[in-house]
Amino acid sequence: MTEQAHKLHRFHGGLHLPRHKEESTRDPVLPMRIPARLIVPLRQHIGESAEACVAPGDRVNKGQLIGRCDTYVGAAVHAPTSGRVVEIADHPVPHPSGLSAPCVVIEPDGRESWGESRLPPIEDYLDADPVSLRNRIREAGIVGLGGAAFPSAVKITPRPGQTLDCLVINGAECEPYITCDDSLMRTHARGVIEGIRILMQALKPRCCLIGIEDHMSGAIAAMRDALGGDEAHGIRIVPIPSLYPAGGERQLIQVLTGREVPSQGLPADIGIVCQNVGTAYAIYRAVAHGEPLISRIITVTGKGVQHPRNLEVLIGTPIADLVAAAEGYTDEVSRLIMGGPMMGFALQSDAIPVVKGTNCILAASHEDVAPPGPVMPCIRCGQCAEVCPAQLLPQQLYWFARAKDFDKAQDYSLFDCIECGCCAYVCPSNIPLVQYYRFAKNEIWAQERERRKADIARERHEFRQARLEQEEREKAERLARKKAALAAKQDDTADDPKKAAIQAALERAKARKAAQEAEQMSAEKADKEPSG
Amino acid sequence: MLAATLAISTLAAVFGLLLGYSAVRFRVESDPVVDQIDALLPQTQCGQCSYAGCRPYAEAIAAGEADINRCPPGGEATVLALADLLGRDPKPVEGETKPPSVAIIDEQVCIGCTLCIQACPVDAILGAAKQMHTVIESECTGCELCIEPCPVDCIYMVPIAPDISTWKWPFPAGETQSADREAVSS
Amino acid sequence: MHFRTQTSPHMTPAHNVGQVMRRVLYALVPGTLAMAWYFGWGVLINVALAVVLAVGLEALMLVLRRRPVIPTLSDYSAVVTGWLFALALPPLTPWWVTLVGVGFAIVVAKHLYGGLGYNPFNPAMVGYVVVLLSFPREMTLWLPPMPLSEVSFGPMQALAAIFLGQLPPGLTWDAITTATPLDLMKTELGRNLTITEIRDNPLFGDFSGKGWEWIGNWFLLGGIALLFMRVITWHIPVAVLGGLAVTAGLFWIVDPDAYASPAFHVFSGAAILGAFFIATDPVSASTTPMGRILYGLGIGVLIYVIRTWGNYPDAVAFAVLLMNMAAPTIDHYTRPRVFGQKPPRRENGGTP
Ligand code: SF4
Ligand code: SF4
Ligand code: SF4
Ligand code: SF4
Repeated sequence: MTEQAHKLHRFHGGLHLPRHKEESTRDPVLPMRIPARLIVPLRQHIGESAEACVAPGDRVNKGQLIGRCDTYVGAAVHAPTSGRVVEIADHPVPHPSGLSAPCVVIEPDGRESWGESRLPPIEDYLDADPVSLRNRIREAGIVGLGGAAFPSAVKITPRPGQTLDCLVINGAECEPYITCDDSLMRTHARGVIEGIRILMQALKPRCCLIGIEDHMSGAIAAMRDALGGDEAHGIRIVPIPSLYPAGGERQLIQVLTGREVPSQGLPADIGIVCQNVGTAYAIYRAVAHGEPLISRIITVTGKGVQHPRNLEVLIGTPIADLVAAAEGYTDEVSRLIMGGPMMGFALQSDAIPVVKGTNCILAASHEDVAPPGPVMPCIRCGQCAEVCPAQLLPQQLYWFARAKDFDKAQDYSLFDCIECGCCAYVCPSNIPLVQYYRFAKNEIWAQERERRKADIARERHEFRQARLEQEEREKAERLARKKAALAAKQDDTADDPKKAAIQAALERAKARKAAQEAEQMSAEKADKEPSG
Repeated sequence: MLAATLAISTLAAVFGLLLGYSAVRFRVESDPVVDQIDALLPQTQCGQCSYAGCRPYAEAIAAGEADINRCPPGGEATVLALADLLGRDPKPVEGETKPPSVAIIDEQVCIGCTLCIQACPVDAILGAAKQMHTVIESECTGCELCIEPCPVDCIYMVPIAPDISTWKWPFPAGETQSADREAVSS
Repeated sequence: MHFRTQTSPHMTPAHNVGQVMRRVLYALVPGTLAMAWYFGWGVLINVALAVVLAVGLEALMLVLRRRPVIPTLSDYSAVVTGWLFALALPPLTPWWVTLVGVGFAIVVAKHLYGGLGYNPFNPAMVGYVVVLLSFPREMTLWLPPMPLSEVSFGPMQALAAIFLGQLPPGLTWDAITTATPLDLMKTELGRNLTITEIRDNPLFGDFSGKGWEWIGNWFLLGGIALLFMRVITWHIPVAVLGGLAVTAGLFWIVDPDAYASPAFHVFSGAAILGAFFIATDPVSASTTPMGRILYGLGIGVLIYVIRTWGNYPDAVAFAVLLMNMAAPTIDHYTRPRVFGQKPPRRENGGTP
């Protein structure tokens, strides 16, 4: 494995994009002042929302747990600084919908006091028990900092009986404008390397490859320095060609190892775990210093801000404060994007806070992001298929998504689309292809939700029908018994016992028939119930 | 001439047999059609289709007695799915379609008469006689059957608020030279 | 501060369909000029007339269909259609033939199917086939290429011939027109002459028709430019010419006196124009890489088959239309293997 590691592979398609990285890397990372208010969303990760475990009015220490998350896929949330909880309420959170979600709002006291809240540092982390390392990573609320925000503890919990082949560290940062990982590697290379070594201790992979795009020479040099060469401790630094989306998990794994993550599968299926450099650094802070994930480096860039740069920001800081730290907006600002210009989403307001997965705030001018040209019909030129890194046929997917033919879209592997935007970038007809795919995916999910709901409703309805019939039958039986009893009573008093006996027999037969009928009906019902 | 006639009739016979065989196989393998139709209905059990619930409607469709466009809760999607399943032509939905909603009982006003419990087709209302009742929101199908029986009119339908986990990307705006949508969807 | 939102990707270069089509037009210029050089002013008049008609009819159809006129006209697709159609016409084709052909191309083949992007058949070729079938006489009025022709038409004379059907005094159509090399090859082979004998005819040049082969070269140049501008991919042209050349080569090796050489086939008629400009019309072609190769091969083979055994001397239009019909099926069966899906192929085997 290691011998082949330097042999690079190619993924299909991809784009050479203008980089726009110089603007934000001129100055060193600036630690930001503590803002006046922190809005910390309780759900900043993939999985269940955390539950607030503080109340309005509470004083919190820096690093204190404020959101507990007990589900397996989930992450705890901590107070980014010391202060007072002013409210726990719904606030707009970073999401393409612009909708609100529960947040803990903290008024910092400016003292930055940790109190008792620092986790006990694990000093001898290179000899530590993998389980204790994993627990620490879980406790510290660490999620993937590359953008997807998947809880890291889950990712590094090996499946039973599986040996891990390779730990892939993602330092590719392939999207234009974003330089937070670049800055991190240049300023905290040691911490990143130590974090990687902790991950290796927790995972025991056979090898570890760090993929860094080859234009990031400063970062590569710093990392080499920190590692003591290109290869040490079973870790190897591999410069990879700059080609968007080389930083996509699947693409990076292919470039570095030549292996493809199976469709609908996970890297773990082929014995690979992929982590971002930022995550590795956060892990180092959590293990060696006992600090939960409460801050990160974020790039603020674009022609829409006066002074593009990288900032070290507390989670929950409103974007407006980040922009202020970049010396404010320019007149040209026209769109505010969280993430990069290819996969990021536009925000409606700068009152929204940054979260763990935020890597970049792009205040873009028209020059950065031209408004799209007129949308024309697809001319089936196939340029989209040429650049699609998932080797899909975007033109066909578009066709099916537009016709709302979701079965066909899935047949053409809609869910293998990574929404990288390469197709829409090259499309001469300016079709918002990615939005069509998102629309189709969302509709399919919604249909599935609806189907599940309908199944539950059907079950409950059938249960109720059965119950009603049961009641009906019981009623009929009761009635029959009463009648029979009445008839029997009459029997005694009747002057013609023979007639009475016939009457009673008739009644009995009737009751039996009614009961049978009821039974039959319910049996029929049961027959019709879907098996399974 | 004879040979040609023979060849053609043999071919026809073979294809006929094949077709017949596959038809039989197909019928054997698939679920009864009522179940397939029922699976596509939303199971709101509201009776807006004029049948006593989704299953009776499914039976009526299968028997050819009912049209496929009578279910407003299912909306266009259901009509299309049914049209696809049954090979009929899709039609616009009959009746008024509303945004998905759930029932809410004003617990201050509720007198605990249990009439709504008896009306609810999916047992989504909790409560006992003379106690106030509540709707289990996640079980409510929004069928509105409980509204009518309530003697004090304390049940309201509220649209389900959009939240992040159920939010959907909207359908993108169309082409400048918008081509015939109809031509595509048919 | 509040902002307008938009869907990703946010960064998109300015490009549009018009750009693509304009590049196709630029690439057509050298071949068209070469054709005008060999066949006179009529070629240019045909092109101009067809383009004007195509744009006018397109505008008319857009108005009738209540579509925005200006954005759609600026996609230049009607210009391309008209131009390509005109290149298939003999140099002095009467104006009404052009009108009928362009009319069919734009009105029926394009707009009745839903406009750009929805037409299953190549409009220019539909128009060409319609006039070829309807006006067989007018469509064979080819002049001999320049070095062989005794008369040369000035622009006014060409206009008169096209619009009024009047030839300069003392000339008759029979006297000035001649067969194309493909026609000749076909009729002479029908008379059981051998290729060597046929090629003695002054109509033939180094490996194909005199003049024709040079026109082919100039179109080839434009086609290569299109490849470099990434307007088209190599798949279709290479497959068309490959399919044609290989099929022709097989028969030629078997009997070089009864079957013309691959070079003759490739440089005759509309083979090169067709391979680079007509078969590559994206809307009606296959859209998967593998599909494009199959589609192109199909066209190449069909051109040979129809030329050799069919009723018509040239076959590009028929071959293209036949393969247009097959394109959806081809696409369906040639879906590329999706990343991470079976069947496994060689790693790093992704060819763009
Ligand atoms: S790039 Fe755009 S116009 Fe070309 S085939 Fe893809 S979707 Fe159609
Ligand atoms: S967005 Fe999806 S379809 Fe488009 S290029 Fe990326 S992976 Fe392919
Ligand atoms: S209208 Fe639809 S949801 Fe209501 S009962 Fe009929 S089929 Fe069921
Ligand atoms: S609570 Fe009311 S609206 Fe909801 S399912 Fe029951 S009867 Fe229908």
